[in-house]
Amino acid sequence: MSRLPVKKTYKLYMGGAFPRSESGRTYEVEGANVALGSRKDVRDAVRAARGAFSKWGAMTAYNRGQVLYRVAEMMEGRRAEFAELTGSDEEVDAAVDRWVWYAGWADKLAQVLGTSNPVAGPYFNFTIPEPTGVVGIVAPEEPPLAGLVSRLAPAIVGGNVSVVIASERRPLAAVTLAEVLATSDVPGGVVNVVTGRKRELAPVLASHMDVNALDLAGAEDDVEELERVAAENVKRIVRNGDGQSPWHAASFLELKTVWHPIGV
Amino acid sequence: MAQAPALPSGFELPLEPRLPRIGSIDQVAVEERAATLAKRSIKRDSKVFALDLAVRMMDLTTLEGADTPGKIAALCSKAMRPDPADLTVPPVAAVCIYPSLVPHALERLEGSGVKVASVATAFPSGQVPTELKVEEAARVAESGADEIDMVIDRGAFLSGHYAKVYDEVRRVKEVSGRAHLKVILETGELGTYDNVRRASLLAIAGGADFIKTSTGKIQPAATLPVTLVMLEAIRDVYEETGKKIGMKPAGGIRNSKQAVQYLVMLNETLGPEWLTPDLFRFGASSLLNDVLMQIRKEKTGRYQSPDYFTVD
Amino acid sequence: MAEVEKKQDRSPVPSAFEYAAAPESREIVRLEGRYGLFVGGEWVEPRSGEYAPSAAPRDEEVLAEVAYAGPEDVDLAVGAARDAFENGWSTLAPGERAKYLFRIARILQERSREFAVLESLDGGKPIRESRDVDLPLAAAHFFYYAGWADKLEYAFPNRKPRPVGVAGQVIPWNFPLLMLSWKIAPALAAGNTVVLKPAETTPLTALLFCDVLRQAELPPGVVNIVTGDGRAGAELVKHPDVDKIAFTGSTEVGKEIMRSTAGTGKRLTLELGGKAANIIFDDAPLDQAVEGIINGIYFNQGHVCCAGSRLFVQESVFEEVVAKLKRRMATLRVGDPLDKNTDVGAINSQAQLERIKELVAAGEEEGAEIYQPPCRLPEKGWWFPPTVFTNVAQSYRIAQEEIFGPVLSVLTFRTPDEAVEKANNTPYGLSAGVWTEKGSRILSMAQRLRAGVIWANTYNRFDPTSPFGGYKESGFGREGGLHGLAPYLEFEE
Repeated sequence: MSRLPVKKTYKLYMGGAFPRSESGRTYEVEGANVALGSRKDVRDAVRAARGAFSKWGAMTAYNRGQVLYRVAEMMEGRRAEFAELTGSDEEVDAAVDRWVWYAGWADKLAQVLGTSNPVAGPYFNFTIPEPTGVVGIVAPEEPPLAGLVSRLAPAIVGGNVSVVIASERRPLAAVTLAEVLATSDVPGGVVNVVTGRKRELAPVLASHMDVNALDLAGAEDDVEELERVAAENVKRIVRNGDGQSPWHAASFLELKTVWHPIGV
Repeated sequence: MAQAPALPSGFELPLEPRLPRIGSIDQVAVEERAATLAKRSIKRDSKVFALDLAVRMMDLTTLEGADTPGKIAALCSKAMRPDPADLTVPPVAAVCIYPSLVPHALERLEGSGVKVASVATAFPSGQVPTELKVEEAARVAESGADEIDMVIDRGAFLSGHYAKVYDEVRRVKEVSGRAHLKVILETGELGTYDNVRRASLLAIAGGADFIKTSTGKIQPAATLPVTLVMLEAIRDVYEETGKKIGMKPAGGIRNSKQAVQYLVMLNETLGPEWLTPDLFRFGASSLLNDVLMQIRKEKTGRYQSPDYFTVD
Repeated sequence: MAEVEKKQDRSPVPSAFEYAAAPESREIVRLEGRYGLFVGGEWVEPRSGEYAPSAAPRDEEVLAEVAYAGPEDVDLAVGAARDAFENGWSTLAPGERAKYLFRIARILQERSREFAVLESLDGGKPIRESRDVDLPLAAAHFFYYAGWADKLEYAFPNRKPRPVGVAGQVIPWNFPLLMLSWKIAPALAAGNTVVLKPAETTPLTALLFCDVLRQAELPPGVVNIVTGDGRAGAELVKHPDVDKIAFTGSTEVGKEIMRSTAGTGKRLTLELGGKAANIIFDDAPLDQAVEGIINGIYFNQGHVCCAGSRLFVQESVFEEVVAKLKRRMATLRVGDPLDKNTDVGAINSQAQLERIKELVAAGEEEGAEIYQPPCRLPEKGWWFPPTVFTNVAQSYRIAQEEIFGPVLSVLTFRTPDEAVEKANNTPYGLSAGVWTEKGSRILSMAQRLRAGVIWANTYNRFDPTSPFGGYKESGFGREGGLHGLAPYLEFEE
């Protein structure tokens, strides 16, 4: 008689922990019961993200790069599981390599995006990038792992925290990625993953007054409505891009310019 | 009663006796120096020396609304004989308690050499008219306390009324009689190391025998960098005037490793003459048992369990 | 007399709180009796047949024998590097190159204690420094440059960067592993292959590094390590198939290298000596400034090209600063580099010790006033106590020449202009320090000081993202940062 495997439960990832939806609901997808997140879960996720922002944003860029590289190490360690979920070794390769690519940007963004500005006066003037805060991401439906990686890594490499609404039809890769994050020294709350119906969850994220930026690349219906409600607190909106560029990370960074006189 | 001299806005302290200039403190550098000092590795006999010294320097503290004569009695017993299973462990320097419990402590500790320190001046907030604070201090001195731990008026300090802060210290010193005066700066509320230095010099100018970091009622309490800033102020006063002022970090020192780090800092900043309870105290409560455990570990070679040390 | 009394016990530093010895165990390091050269991914015996001992500065114990490469050995190494460059490394996908460098960084982190102990043993610096500064920075350099390997178009937009080819690199003995990482990391990130010659007196961490390359599975020939003395370095510099030379060392040898590569078209970067001014204004946070002075000249026994060896104190605070400085010097612990409580370690070699003594004697002769805190120096090995000279004139040898030891010269100034003038009055231009509360003054001084690295209210801070290099006779080219990649690249535009 062959051995009965222990089946995995797929829950939300919030504040470094894996709770069920506060609504108690699930939906069946990809052969498993997955948490059907609610508006309150999104609310809690944003709160968890905001709580983690001061810590993640205050880490040195080098430390952030280290943590992100470790995420890649853990992802690589789980190749087999990811390959099974995505059905594609190539996708897993691409996802890990892209994550490594972004990890290497952490301590370089300031050098490429920042400037020293030769103003016409006895002043020292410099411009530096800073994280904007909480980034809400509506993840692409496909590819389930690489698609999410392409949106998430650039959002957090500069010090932002995030709330991700996962692919609705293929969420398991996202939850497994969350497990990788949980074991990679990523502080709890830096990334939060809510699974469920995009139609139900995306508007909550888009209208939340404590979310600073939105990545709508994975939004399927009513992008216009999402952008409209996002206007209430002037969120920064990112719609597309191919997902491999420091300028994509720059969309989630503020630029601060400082002046100081030069004199004895 | 003399008024505090009007302090000009540049905040230069009175010239007689001459005090060091106020100057400024670089945060990054001071925190780094404190961190480097904390890396000293103190082992074997140097560790035993430090632990024994830590016990002798301790002001065993209870400052709770719920304190009763019974609680004080237990604290005093612990103070006189910290480790009943090892009588070579010395008694602590003092107990630190609220004014109403002073008579009970004096009775309990009589003849033991352990001092009674009492807080005063509307501890911990200090948010009470000056006259009442001075009166409280006078009563505490009369009741026989050996030491008085007063708080400075942080509201006055942070709103720039330095003369008021100075004046209160001076007046409390005047009514302290033979009791020695510790002045609590409440460094956790002062915001910058510059302010810690300023407050240190102000307190010393007013007559403090000791400057103390904290009430222990808020976070952050004592830290190594804050202590370093205060020790450096004391050093500057000593260089300028020859007067030796004591220092007491209080609150937040929970284990032996930290206690030893403070002693290393003291040793390398002020030198071995300050390695005495007359010039340095630890304000602590749970620290004592951790030190006792470490002392026993050094003696027996075994890591210890809290079960074997009394909770008084 | 300043004569260091090694035989006679001076009175010990008075302290009721004596710290017991706290030695870091050296068991973690496994040394071979004898090392060959690392060429083409393998250990090979030197064609020169020459070996020499590498001794520990703390007690002159011979740690191992290392090969001394001759001209044929250098030629073979360059050939291996060229081979590796043509056949695979230069055409490898940049993202893959990056991953090799990430591996190296990680392995260095994992083995950092082992390397730190070996570095302190072989070079003489305190374990606290090798553990807390050298190793973390070395790993960080590999991490930082790993990330650039596949992003060069962003560092140099529109310029179509390509590797130069084979880089010949000669490094000094003061930060052996760290200097190795400053050289190898950017070179590899840019797609080059490397032949590196470690310093004569400190070859061991470079040799252990070859084991990291094995663990990282770096393709053979990408990095080649040829140990030896000045002759091997000269061979490497003049080898016709080396496309680029990177040298860190003395200005004297740097000039030699310039002369020997003249007219060859070889790319060259030089990081040479310095005689940095460390300037204290009267509004500086004084206790922290004193820490900065100490760190500036006694860190790594003063064996630092950017050491703050000329202290300029504003006259109004001169007495106070010197008093604080002397008091602080007395708490410096000179001793066994492997003791965790040691602040100042051993001098790297007999030769360096002689040079320091010579210059110190000159200082006294010329009329400067010397102070050395009482300290007990070990019998064996090479040692020199922390030393400070006051009453120094700008023209004295100790104020002009690089001593490269724990010897500080103190001069005074009255105004910012005077400080700038005197600070710049030197053929060197590597670094400078400025201590003042006033922001605008920091920026004004930074603007006017002719030095490649300016530290304000701090000293001897290094980071892989921060470009480092000199003006004037302190060399040219920068290491670290985006700028550190340029010397290792060819550009179409």
